[in-house]
Amino acid sequence: MDYKTPLAKVRSLGSAHNGTGHWWMQRISSMMLIPLSFWFVIYAKKLTILTHAEISAWLAEPLNSFFAIAWLMTVFYHASLGLQVIIEDYVHCEWRKIAAVWAVKVGFFALGLATVLAVLRTVH
Amino acid sequence: MIVSLKLNKPPQIYQSCSKTLRVKIMSASNRPLSPHLQIYKLPLTGLISIAHRITGAALATGLLFFAYSFFAIAAGAETYLDLQNLLNHSLGQIGLWLFIYALFFHLCHGIRHLIWDAGLSFDKKQMNKNAVIELTASLTLTLCAFFL
Ligand code: HEM
Repeated sequence: MDYKTPLAKVRSLGSAHNGTGHWWMQRISSMMLIPLSFWFVIYAKKLTILTHAEISAWLAEPLNSFFAIAWLMTVFYHASLGLQVIIEDYVHCEWRKIAAVWAVKVGFFALGLATVLAVLRTVH
Repeated sequence: MIVSLKLNKPPQIYQSCSKTLRVKIMSASNRPLSPHLQIYKLPLTGLISIAHRITGAALATGLLFFAYSFFAIAAGAETYLDLQNLLNHSLGQIGLWLFIYALFFHLCHGIRHLIWDAGLSFDKKQMNKNAVIELTASLTLTLCAFFL
């Protein structure tokens, strides 16, 4: 007799032990990154030409502050999920794998948060 | 060919921290091995698939630089100018445009992943055609970004 529902059976499966959650978040962050990447390319070009006063004013425009923070939050999240997959594929030793995934997650979370705070300091 | 395998040890042993042990287990278990990359010539679609992973890792590294750019702007005019000089140096320019090209390639192939996830475009002819479309599109997008 099997008391488990089909959903309960697949939860926490996979090499990350979180079922399809990781996969879904990777897809959602990918879709968000399609428009956000175009904003990023504009930003990268601005970096090469605008003066400090000009780029601070540019970032302070509501739409650009919005895109800057949206891009940073999404890209750091997407990159940490992506690096996690790569680590899980190539690091076979269990404790090293867990340590590496945690280091990436904690590091990227902290860095992502710090950059968002930097944008807020610029546009305050 | 599917080889059924009876494991007489718990599967965790296959995650052993010793590489020699892992290789021994792999060969002793008589499991089907994946194509050896040094011997097997990858088709275009295979090369692109690996390039997606390589660009993903490269972009994650380059991200650190762009993260720093936001700190530099917040820090003030001097720090910002240093960063800008770095970026406008010829090596900086090469790095910047390689990053943007990698981004557009990763984006184009990423869209294809999303199409696959919708259950579409698994036909072999279509796959090769799409590989060429992806490469052209990412190059075009990079050139547009460069000249616009
Ligand atoms: C700077 C921006 C980006 C970074 C740092 C980044 C990083 C990564 C990394 C490290 C991976 C894991 C690669 C792998 O498992 O082989 C990945 C996967 C992926 N990326 Fe990105 N990415 C970026 C932008 C984008 C964009 C714009 C898209 C748009 C569609 C995208 C779509 C995807 C998809 C669909 C996957 C999963 C592929 C799979 O399932 O194998 N990424 N990304």
